[in-house]
Amino acid sequence: MTADLTRSATDEPADAGPSGSSAPSATAGRGRRGGGGLGRYILTRFLLIIPTVLILMTVVFFLMRITGDPITAALGGRLTPDQLAQRRAEAGYDRPLIIQYLDYLWGVVRGDFGTTYTDRTPVAKILTEYGGATAELVVYAVVVALVIGVPLGMLAARARDRWGDLALRVLAILGYATPVFFVGLLLKLVFSVGLGWLPVAGRISSRGELTMGKILNPTPFYLLDAIRLGDASLLWDVISHAILPAIALGLLTGGIFLRLVRTNMIGTLEMPYVDSARSRGVRESRLTTRHALRPALIPIITVMGMQIAMMLGGAVLTETTFEWKGLGYMLAEYMTARDYVAVQGIVMMLAVIVAISNFLVDVIAALIDPRVRY
Amino acid sequence: MTIPPPQPPGESASAQEGTELAAEAAVVSATARERWYLRLPIISHLRRSVGLQRGMLVAGLVLVLGLLATALFAPLLAPYGFAETSADGASFGTQQPPSGAHPLGTTVAGYDVLSRVIWGTRTAVAVMACAVVLSLFIGVALGLISGYVGGWLDRILVMLADAIYAFPSLLLAIVMSIVISGGQSSAGGGILAAAVSITVVFVPQYFRVIRAEVVRLKAEPFVEAAKVIGTGHRRIMGTHLLRNSTRTLPLIFTLNSSEAILTLAALGFLGFGIEPTSASEWGYDLNRAMADATSGIWWTGLFPGLAIVAAVLGVTLVGESINDLNDPRLRVRRKRRGGPAGTTSTEATA
Repeated sequence: MTADLTRSATDEPADAGPSGSSAPSATAGRGRRGGGGLGRYILTRFLLIIPTVLILMTVVFFLMRITGDPITAALGGRLTPDQLAQRRAEAGYDRPLIIQYLDYLWGVVRGDFGTTYTDRTPVAKILTEYGGATAELVVYAVVVALVIGVPLGMLAARARDRWGDLALRVLAILGYATPVFFVGLLLKLVFSVGLGWLPVAGRISSRGELTMGKILNPTPFYLLDAIRLGDASLLWDVISHAILPAIALGLLTGGIFLRLVRTNMIGTLEMPYVDSARSRGVRESRLTTRHALRPALIPIITVMGMQIAMMLGGAVLTETTFEWKGLGYMLAEYMTARDYVAVQGIVMMLAVIVAISNFLVDVIAALIDPRVRY
Repeated sequence: MTIPPPQPPGESASAQEGTELAAEAAVVSATARERWYLRLPIISHLRRSVGLQRGMLVAGLVLVLGLLATALFAPLLAPYGFAETSADGASFGTQQPPSGAHPLGTTVAGYDVLSRVIWGTRTAVAVMACAVVLSLFIGVALGLISGYVGGWLDRILVMLADAIYAFPSLLLAIVMSIVISGGQSSAGGGILAAAVSITVVFVPQYFRVIRAEVVRLKAEPFVEAAKVIGTGHRRIMGTHLLRNSTRTLPLIFTLNSSEAILTLAALGFLGFGIEPTSASEWGYDLNRAMADATSGIWWTGLFPGLAIVAAVLGVTLVGESINDLNDPRLRVRRKRRGGPAGTTSTEATA
């Protein structure tokens, strides 16, 4: 967040290259200046995922083991030292740390992120089972953020330094200053408890879940499944459950998009080509929505890469608030159960997801803006 | 700086602008002679600001000062202790709606909401100060060394910082809090654990900023001159580089402070915060209030939440204003009117 703020303001609007998480890619691209095109850029950028993920895994693994092993953390005090030692030996936690580390890495290479201690589920299975719910929530939230952020940012840029601008900017700051779970609480109080319009929590009603069970090969997205079943009441069931979580998570990023669009738009509105369009008699509204908007949107794509990392963090809180059974909700559950094998596994998986999505965003940015890939 | 800049003849508009530039130059040279405290980050920004920007800065400062004052005078302001469930032998009762005795009601555990909100400022300020100061020192030191020494050390540190930076900060804070406190939270330990967890998230930000500045400055003639006359590495780093690379620090400082409050609240909300009996923490209170909300009990969650919003809002407004005032593209000028493109467009659309 912080860096977004500084960056959005310091970067030249028309020259916002790959920023933030994609910094290594920038250096890699620069090293290849002159030779190679898009394909080469994508390949270099893809190979950079490996060190990033490896570093994170190493850091997280050793950090989690500094203080002890997961079994002592989960059961310490409840078992006698002898029993503890036996359990640790069974799970292989008495081996040298470096062996455990290599063992873990080898497991990850084979797609094995470990097995949770409390309910003996492979962590990879948690991903397939709950990852879809998180992805669905994040997609909704991005839509909400774009719908809120882009038009309001344009409005703020046009009303620069006037009351409308000030109000919108304070709104954007409020969106950032309000924790997701507090927004969730307020939304619940007003729309679920007060007005009774929307359900309090969950992804679907229990009756809807029964209907949903009939579908043959379900997608991770409830919305798609509901459309495929063609059941209107089921569709509303799914949508009504998603509205509040999507708004809570989307407001957070919407504020950032608003500021970003505003800053970049102010920059582009001062560009000579906008002036020349204005002198040709292009209307002011068309100037903002056409001429100045497109270049102002490029940084949004690059920042979106960083936002995905932030949204996954926000998803943990949103899912906990609304009992939306996704990865974040499970993470919080396992944290409460002090199952650190599961926590470590989910965190690692999220790291991989973040790295891959950053890569995808960089590729998209390179496709759109040739300056990025040099 | 009293010589007016050359004026093209016959252009009254630019002539006027010329005199205004001269006036601005006089202001600039005057600021250089000002007393030191007037050149301190926030005070100089306050003096430079104008109009709506000043309004935002002042509003932010009022909120921040309010937060600090509340934290300082918490024992005087709070009607009860943060862990008190009874006074004069009479229990407060649980989930009582706001009343005369408890202006903001009581929680599910029977604490007085107002008192917990007030005591919570202490926790927030303590964690914020610890986290930001810690990450400032570590991040600046690492950035200086990495940028100055360069080589493989630099490459490794940059890679580490980038990897950590790309990681969702909340997850990192969760991992750190597991590491530090094993998920358990004692009295002062809880505050320190939260602060260190947040520090790890922030260090890469300071590192990146300072390192970038140092790499740029290292090639400047004055650094080379210092090297030529035989100045030691430590002195070059501590004097020549450090003093010239701190320009953007106040901004990151304020923005990080607000993020520290949010991360603390998020950790508390997920149950990794501080025990309710050892300190009052807003995120924890919100966690407990989630269940209340379903049954229509609004006061247990609303007020801690508003406290978080007010604290973060204050710090962010200050940071935001500093950002605008540092960036000439965003700064509202004191005098110039009817400038070129930018102003015309706003006037035409307003």
